[in-house]
Amino acid sequence: MTQYDTVIIGAGHNALVCANYLAQKKQKVLVLEASSAAGGLASSYEFHPGFRTSVAHTVSHFSRKIYRDLELQKHGLTAMANPLPCVALNRQGNHVVLDGDTVSGVTEKDRVSYANYSKLTERFANLLAPFWLKTVPAIGNNSLHELLSFAQLGVKMRMLGKDDMREFLRIVSLPTHDLMDEYFDHPLLKALLCWNGLIGSKQAPRSPNNSVMLMLYRMSEGMSGLHEIPNGGTSRLIDALCSSAKSQGIEIRTNSSVRRIVVDQQKEGLRATGVQVDNGELISAQNIVSSADPKTTFLTLLGAENLEIEFTNRIRRIRSEGLVAKLHLALNGLPQFTGLDQSDGQLLISPDMATIESAFDESKYGQCPTDPVMEIVIPSMRDPSLAPSGQHVLSAHVMYVPYKMKSQWDQTAIDTFIDKLINKIELYAPTIREQIVASELLTPIDLEQRFRTSGGHWHHGEFALDQLFMMRPTYGAAQYQTPLRGLYLCGAGSHPGGDITGVPGHNAAHEILS
Amino acid sequence: MSDYDFSSERPKPSHFQQRQDELNIHDAWSSWNGYKFAEYFYDVEFEYFCVRNTCGTYDICPMQKYHITGADAEKMLDRMVTRDVTKIRTNRASYVVWCNDEGRLIDDGTIFKLGDDHFILNCGSPCSAWLDKSAFGFHDITIDDKTDDVAAMALQGPTSCAVLKSMGLENIESAKPFSINFFDFQNARLMVSRTGFTGDLGYELWIDHNLAIPLWDAVYKAGHDLGIHPYGDQATNMLRLEAGFIMPGYEFNEALKTVHFEHDQTPFELNLGWLVDFKKPHFNGRRALFDEKKRGPRYTLTKLDIEGNKPAEGSFLYSNKRCTEEIGYVTSGMWSPAAKANIALAMIETKYLEGEIWSEIYYEKELRQYSKVARCTIKHEPFWSPARTRATPAADF
Amino acid sequence: MKRYDAIIIGAGHNGLTNAAYLAKAGLDVLVVEKNDYIGGAAVSRELHEGWTYSNCSYVCSLMRQAIHRDLDLSRHGLILVPYLGSVNYDDVGNTLIAYNSEEAAYLELKRHSKHDADSMFRFQADLTRYARLIRKTLLRTPPDPTSFRRRDIHELLFLAKQFWSLGEKEIYEYVRFFTLSAVDFLEDYFENELIKQSKASSGIIGTALGVYSPGSSYILLHHVMGDVDGSIGAWGLARGGMGAISKAIASAFQSFGGEIRTNAGVEQILVEGNKVVGVALENGDEIRARVVVSNLDAKRTFTQIMDEKDLPPGIYDKAKNFKIRGSSGKVNIALSALPKFSNVPDNAYVNRGGLELTGSLETMERAYDCWKRGRFSDDPYVEGVIPSAWDPTVAPPGKHWMSNFIQYCPAELADGPWTEEKRNLFGQTVVDKIARYCPGFKDLIVHMEVRTPHEIEEEIGLTEGNIFQGELTIDQLFFNRPFPGYAQYRMPLKHMYMCGSSTHPGGGVSSACGANAAREILIDLKRPNSVPVDDFYDE
Repeated sequence: MTQYDTVIIGAGHNALVCANYLAQKKQKVLVLEASSAAGGLASSYEFHPGFRTSVAHTVSHFSRKIYRDLELQKHGLTAMANPLPCVALNRQGNHVVLDGDTVSGVTEKDRVSYANYSKLTERFANLLAPFWLKTVPAIGNNSLHELLSFAQLGVKMRMLGKDDMREFLRIVSLPTHDLMDEYFDHPLLKALLCWNGLIGSKQAPRSPNNSVMLMLYRMSEGMSGLHEIPNGGTSRLIDALCSSAKSQGIEIRTNSSVRRIVVDQQKEGLRATGVQVDNGELISAQNIVSSADPKTTFLTLLGAENLEIEFTNRIRRIRSEGLVAKLHLALNGLPQFTGLDQSDGQLLISPDMATIESAFDESKYGQCPTDPVMEIVIPSMRDPSLAPSGQHVLSAHVMYVPYKMKSQWDQTAIDTFIDKLINKIELYAPTIREQIVASELLTPIDLEQRFRTSGGHWHHGEFALDQLFMMRPTYGAAQYQTPLRGLYLCGAGSHPGGDITGVPGHNAAHEILS
Repeated sequence: MSDYDFSSERPKPSHFQQRQDELNIHDAWSSWNGYKFAEYFYDVEFEYFCVRNTCGTYDICPMQKYHITGADAEKMLDRMVTRDVTKIRTNRASYVVWCNDEGRLIDDGTIFKLGDDHFILNCGSPCSAWLDKSAFGFHDITIDDKTDDVAAMALQGPTSCAVLKSMGLENIESAKPFSINFFDFQNARLMVSRTGFTGDLGYELWIDHNLAIPLWDAVYKAGHDLGIHPYGDQATNMLRLEAGFIMPGYEFNEALKTVHFEHDQTPFELNLGWLVDFKKPHFNGRRALFDEKKRGPRYTLTKLDIEGNKPAEGSFLYSNKRCTEEIGYVTSGMWSPAAKANIALAMIETKYLEGEIWSEIYYEKELRQYSKVARCTIKHEPFWSPARTRATPAADF
Repeated sequence: MKRYDAIIIGAGHNGLTNAAYLAKAGLDVLVVEKNDYIGGAAVSRELHEGWTYSNCSYVCSLMRQAIHRDLDLSRHGLILVPYLGSVNYDDVGNTLIAYNSEEAAYLELKRHSKHDADSMFRFQADLTRYARLIRKTLLRTPPDPTSFRRRDIHELLFLAKQFWSLGEKEIYEYVRFFTLSAVDFLEDYFENELIKQSKASSGIIGTALGVYSPGSSYILLHHVMGDVDGSIGAWGLARGGMGAISKAIASAFQSFGGEIRTNAGVEQILVEGNKVVGVALENGDEIRARVVVSNLDAKRTFTQIMDEKDLPPGIYDKAKNFKIRGSSGKVNIALSALPKFSNVPDNAYVNRGGLELTGSLETMERAYDCWKRGRFSDDPYVEGVIPSAWDPTVAPPGKHWMSNFIQYCPAELADGPWTEEKRNLFGQTVVDKIARYCPGFKDLIVHMEVRTPHEIEEEIGLTEGNIFQGELTIDQLFFNRPFPGYAQYRMPLKHMYMCGSSTHPGGGVSSACGANAAREILIDLKRPNSVPVDDFYDE
């Protein structure tokens, strides 16, 4: 039987990043993936014969350090900074477009405001950027080295200058609604800019405390929050990571679902010593690393009996109910959006912040929005292999589709909702209905079942101040180590959180190696 | 002006209220978990001596009684408390404590094992929320709070066994300490455990609340010639102190109700290290307790014999007679009528246990306030621990 | 003409407190008030013969005891009496009584949920811990985190030390608590809907947040961190109405030689260069002073009685962006007899306590959704108190009055400005809601005063009728209040200060803002401090 240094549960992008870093230090690594392919939410699959898609349809801040460290370019991942224009759609075709540093479709006043706004947020994003790539020390930890991390943030903040520092302390908890109102007039521009702080989370423009932080997080890799699709599609990122893994001798076993984490009672307490996969096989290793979400890791794979009671309940109370559904349309041609020359971009259907807020309001009571808001991408424009020649895939993140519905999801409910979404898109792309070959809607429940993420949450846990930094996923497990010796976390449930960044995997590898 | 009717705020009557009302001639009531509860009935000293000399009954209806059943019940309790629950045999009781993640004491109580998948947890304060938390992650488990459905009384004192015998409880004298036995009482099941909070021979009787008054009457009829009398909270406090038992609100502050950092206690600080079993499977607070055991507790609960006769309740303790160095505080103190000694339980910083201990005692004589400094001696045995408490078969008096 | 040492604009309780401390330190102080009565929002008014309403603020818990004692307010006629319990109603009329005694409260909770009854002990302990920490900051000037001055660093260290003393676990829990929504916070403790809503309502009073909005758990704490005689979370009523508080402070102020001028609205703060030199009144009088202190809210101060051109760049925008959202209404009702509420074992806890018509968490949140859309809900959250049930001075014998606070009521309606008709409709909505739980209530009504944010702003000058003079969200709390860089009561122009609830520690009848501002002014004027340095927090 092979003896591994590290077994990693799950083969999402964070797991693969972690595996690659460990292998660079000559560790023997085994990655176990329950489904038939690596990649998790970024993997692509066929949703209709000939049409493929992935749940994560763009990348906005994949860490460049990881890109360099793992030499992903050599493994076929190119063009890591080719941002998509972000278009806030208008029915009459008077769109607001954000492309690189320029914004069009707005007044001169808004243009000037945007310049000021983007400079300010960029400074703040730069301030925070280094901290995403670091383990945030526990408060009670008195090691000088770790305290320096805090001190460094303090010093960096002071280096911003008095005015900036004060402004940072103010706006970091501001609802995006208020921040937008302070800067801009155009409703589409406001909706467009706050979108990045909201998507994937259980918050709306008027929710304080969290969304600005998420916005700054998404700006951390120099793309100002804009999204891109790597050449060949998002799944190319996974291919590159797998290819790198292969070249380093990492073993990736698919169709290999982990049933439980094996623990051993020792004098000092429990220690994770291996995993048992579904066919009953026991695999032991020095370190067990889980890229599964914290609830799955602790409550399902480990079990409450191996954990402390308050800790278990903190894991239980992690807010991880997904609020985004995924719509996939197989199209027999390129959709035409009114007033848009070409539909290559991140296209937003959200006329103003009030509409976003209203959509959110309904979700609070377990209802689907009557006036849904969404983000559309045509990934097949960047990756023609996703659809038969000349045909296309439309991929949309539909916000505020609750995990817990007042009335259960069934096929009729799904069909009705798809119809509603198509009606909505039709307002902006009048011919879309005729182009549809097939459609698919993944509710948070589908995402949960298909991708084994508790609550179907992209980020494995709400992106909110109480679940960030040294509290992600919760104190006691926020430094990638867990209460069990030998067990580590490397998924989106750990600092700094979700999206395709690779950073939790990177940081976890660092902790395991140190 | 409004009506001043606050009647809905009245404490709830105990299942024995009817009888206790007649006996509580001073109407000296307080309350416990919302139940009306006697401070004392006739006279504290008298009640205390009943328990030490004949026998007394104590109303434990307000005590929380949780029935924990299901295949996972044992596993769940074993992870919750510091003692090895798997070692408790059926129809036996065990004294346990449970801690939060930081190893600080939430509460103490007794676990009764009635079967492999049936346990009862009895404790002084409500514990539902913590039990629910502890049960999270276990599947086959039911927690049922029977507090209001069960009437319970403690029957304590040297003649308690004789009372039960005279009630017709066959073979009760051969019940061992911490054993649980069942008897028929008016076609219902009467549970009798040889447990108590007085450090004396004694039992606790548990029955369906509808039979509370008949049980009371039967016990009092049987005890008529054996000196039976009810005792209240104040006598209990004396009895348990002599026995060296801890009490929440005196020796420890329940961790979940503690406002200030580390104003709660660990089992090691309470000198209950013997209840912490590091050899059993994982239990709550293990990591913190393991570290503490290695480090040694900062404080240690200590039994003190204090010179003179002025109770040292609330006193500060010092390492010298000049009282220049504070080393701890008295948690409970009184004159022990049984031991004829001035006794106390005290929290003392562990590192000072070897040296001298002085207590600064404040007392009053006819409104005039006095203070004195008295030498304290550490005792390692309970102040009251007669052989009859443990003897089986139990003697008649 | 006479030049004063200090002019305070606005005779609200903070303005008067500030004035009292300055006068106590020997300064020559004038308070100017636009109304013909003093008190601002802490006021008692006889609007119907024989009935005296506390028609704005109606209960009190944050009043700093150190100030009460220091200004000897009891000698000036103030007595605060804690009120007992409260009754919470859900949508279908189930009740939860918050009893005064711990044991009875426990049994009542147990009636609804054994789990929650037990959890309440932990909840109380945790809330007490959080409250203790915040309360230590109430009578302190917030440090400037960007400054290297000794005092700021000293204060920051003080805070760090307090924070550290919580212990690691509680530090995390504290940070968590601070950013959570009221409901998320409560769900750590409670499972019963009625119990959750009874606690959650404190998280929305006076604010433009809902029970599900992150940050509302701090508001919850803001409402329970006060105390009456050391019992944290207790609320009290002032004998004679809330105006008794202002009156007592005014009387203390006058005993130190201070002067109050009513019917003296300020038109403009006079600025010369970068200095403030006095005020011009609406009647044309100009009064000069060494310092000018505004007790008005930040928005009103900078956008109404000052000229943008007098201000350093940026300040006007900061004031414009200052969040001060009208979200509450008030309905004061004179009653011919004591109302009898249904489904309570005795009426004492309604009559001598609070009435909480929360309905459900969803009802409260939907009321918030209405507010967001510029409407008032037809099923709002109503908090009622009947002060006359224990205060013989506020209604004729046998008669009563009921104060009702309504969350939410927008300052601006989506369908145009407030009109008499809409206002009456709003009042009717509230009466209907009360009558659902109190049959016959409508027959008892003798007189009714309906106050929307519009009336509150018109009469007492709180922008949008916001009771806190500015939202209590993190971006506007502590060193961010009212604006970052101006949290130490000094305003951008020389000799100008603010002392209202727009400053730290914010709203609630606490007098802390006024006292803290006085401390800073006295430092600048090089006078010995007359303000209590610290509150008593080791009760």
